[in-house]
Amino acid sequence: MNQSIRQGKKLSLILAAFLLVLTACGGGSNKGSDASASPSPSSSAAASPQASAKEEASPSASAEKVTIEYWQYEFPAKVDLINELIQEFQTLHPNITVKQTNFPYDQYSQKVATLVPAGKGPDIINLYYGWLPQYVASGYLQPLPEDAFPPAQIESDYYPLVSAAKLDGAYYAIPTAVRTLALFYNKDLFAKAQIAQPPATWEELVESAKKLTEKDAKGQFVIEGFAWEPGSQLHHWFRDGLLPQAGGQDLSEDRRKVLWDDSPAGLEAFRYLLDFAITHKTGINGFYNDDSNAFKTGHAAINVDGSFRLGSFKKDAPDLNYGIAPLPAYKSQSAPASFWANAIPKNVQGAKLEAAKEFLKFLTSKEVQEKWVEKVGELPAQKAVGSQDKYAGDEKLGPFIKQLDYSKAHFFIDENQERALIVNAANEVLLNNVPVEQAFKDLVAKTQKIYDDYWAKQDKK
Amino acid sequence: MIAQAIRLTARKSRELLGFRLSYRTQRYLFIYLVLAFPLLYFLGTRLLPILYAFNVSVREWDLLSQEKPYVGFANFTALFEDEVFRKSIVNTLIYVLVGVPGQLAVGLAVALLLHNVRRFRGLFRTIYFIPYVTSAVAVSWVFRWILMRNGWLNETLLGLGLEPQLFLQSPRQAIYLVILTIIWQSIGFQMLVFLTGLEGVPRMYYDAAAIDGAGPWRRFRHVTLPLLNPVIVFSVVIGAISYLQTFGQVLSMTNGEPLNSTRTIVLHVYALAFQRFQMGSAAAATVILFVMILALTLLQFKLVRRKVEY
Repeated sequence: MNQSIRQGKKLSLILAAFLLVLTACGGGSNKGSDASASPSPSSSAAASPQASAKEEASPSASAEKVTIEYWQYEFPAKVDLINELIQEFQTLHPNITVKQTNFPYDQYSQKVATLVPAGKGPDIINLYYGWLPQYVASGYLQPLPEDAFPPAQIESDYYPLVSAAKLDGAYYAIPTAVRTLALFYNKDLFAKAQIAQPPATWEELVESAKKLTEKDAKGQFVIEGFAWEPGSQLHHWFRDGLLPQAGGQDLSEDRRKVLWDDSPAGLEAFRYLLDFAITHKTGINGFYNDDSNAFKTGHAAINVDGSFRLGSFKKDAPDLNYGIAPLPAYKSQSAPASFWANAIPKNVQGAKLEAAKEFLKFLTSKEVQEKWVEKVGELPAQKAVGSQDKYAGDEKLGPFIKQLDYSKAHFFIDENQERALIVNAANEVLLNNVPVEQAFKDLVAKTQKIYDDYWAKQDKK
Repeated sequence: MIAQAIRLTARKSRELLGFRLSYRTQRYLFIYLVLAFPLLYFLGTRLLPILYAFNVSVREWDLLSQEKPYVGFANFTALFEDEVFRKSIVNTLIYVLVGVPGQLAVGLAVALLLHNVRRFRGLFRTIYFIPYVTSAVAVSWVFRWILMRNGWLNETLLGLGLEPQLFLQSPRQAIYLVILTIIWQSIGFQMLVFLTGLEGVPRMYYDAAAIDGAGPWRRFRHVTLPLLNPVIVFSVVIGAISYLQTFGQVLSMTNGEPLNSTRTIVLHVYALAFQRFQMGSAAAATVILFVMILALTLLQFKLVRRKVEY
């Protein structure tokens, strides 16, 4: 008995010692991996004095070989084009090697957010413009070097919506291409309803939608006159389309205050959006799962969707007979726009920064923007490229491009949350019979809170 | 092989410690050493991250930034002030309170029926088990299509002259439909657990009860149920923990909508961490979930164990 207890004690002592040794090993190897994960900043720091010294000696020739990493999400057309462009760029700049890394779209920000703190960051990163405030707030990005990208030049060459990438007076990212929303309309269904022209005004849209709607004997939708999915694109339509068209304003100049209820325009725009589902009953959410699916399969006659959809329709619904028209106007014209833009992380310095600048200049050049339109189908970000007749006169691209001059890109603090608030406000009215005025008031207050929280954090810094 | 390994450990330990260990001690030492490796792995990949989460929960950490200032309990107070998070706590409790009894009842019913048949038992068991090994995302999407506004179920209802339902678009129905999907998927697992339990109940107890004049219900109530108690305790604990962590089906079927009526704590954690990058708040929410799981498990052990009667 006694002996076994003693033995047990001995055993546990041995085990404890063993554990200690092992954990010590673990700690040691951890430190090792930390050290090996960090060379990107440390090696670039080590390389930077060398590089700058060389530049002083002979500014044009930097004989040193540099490898930079480019990150973007996995979209086959974009990945292929970037690979092609990298080849071209490397023949022009034999000392620079560019490596492309991709992540699936729906995990993109997750992957970026988890890999970057681990020290595995890119030298150029492609980000959705709506994420920029978060990335800038966390101090991850550096402003675009002004010698390579003078703000004045960006403002004169690019479509005005690109200013959404300007934060605290500096541009943090620059796009190759942009996207706008427009009306997609099914030409066959229009012919069937004997409507000659796509609707050009708010009123015409309501009339056409009513005429195009088809229901069965039990009152169920067979064809939606106007697809209604607030969570897809319609929340953008409200902020950057309907609201300014009705004479309202989105945000204050300093982007701190939500001005939707500053004039009656906001409520008018919100009510117009909801009326399609509640009063006119020309469409409803969840019909054939979502709006683009309903339109693609010929079960919705009109839809508000983006230029990014053209490519997938070409592939998935080659027989769909549809046209594109600018968004219907009210007191003025306005269309939502968005873009993915390239940015440079803060820790990119020295030779790598120089190489990143070169590659970014190449990516935003006119030639690449043209290739981007042709291969990816997104719209050119520079006025000189977009206004060319081959694009502006194109049957499908034209209406999207024409809207670029008056398009707007809402400054998002948090796209997911801001979208959810509009969807919820619509659902409160639709499902819980909350009065529109009340739902709208709550929507403005809750959206304002997101801005207040963000700016409170910014001001603390 | 093993004997050799034991001798090796013995030699090493003698060199290290300077005294000889008995063969038995050597053997135990070897066994414990082998057992220690998975334990270390568990410590490294499970326990340490949990402890780290506690640390993060009292900090403000924007995933992309290098600084993690200490903010005390600010993350927790902010969470409890957030009506969406409070709603997700209530929802999570609904998932547990409806899901666990539902899953147990259906699983037990299927197991009892299968226990009483001999032919095709294997076939049925396999069929019932298939959903359990099917991807949750695939199952969710199939149910989503069945429950779509103009989907198969609504068409059937209309065909029968009934009103179509909102289903997943309805803030009142959606959560129960998600629970139903999860139950459907876990029937196989639950059935297998109960079948194993039922095999362990000796036949003679039933015979004795039958001789004493007990009908089927009384035999079930007074023989089957009490003897299944350990299996039920196990199922309730495992079920409650898994329903507390409901995530995949919600993400694929409703993404927490409509009006946050299906949002769970884990879905909220996911949104906080990977959509808003607020790791501090996300960690605080996981700590709250951890406390809930711990409390519920302890409570269940107390409540359900007491009922054991022999």
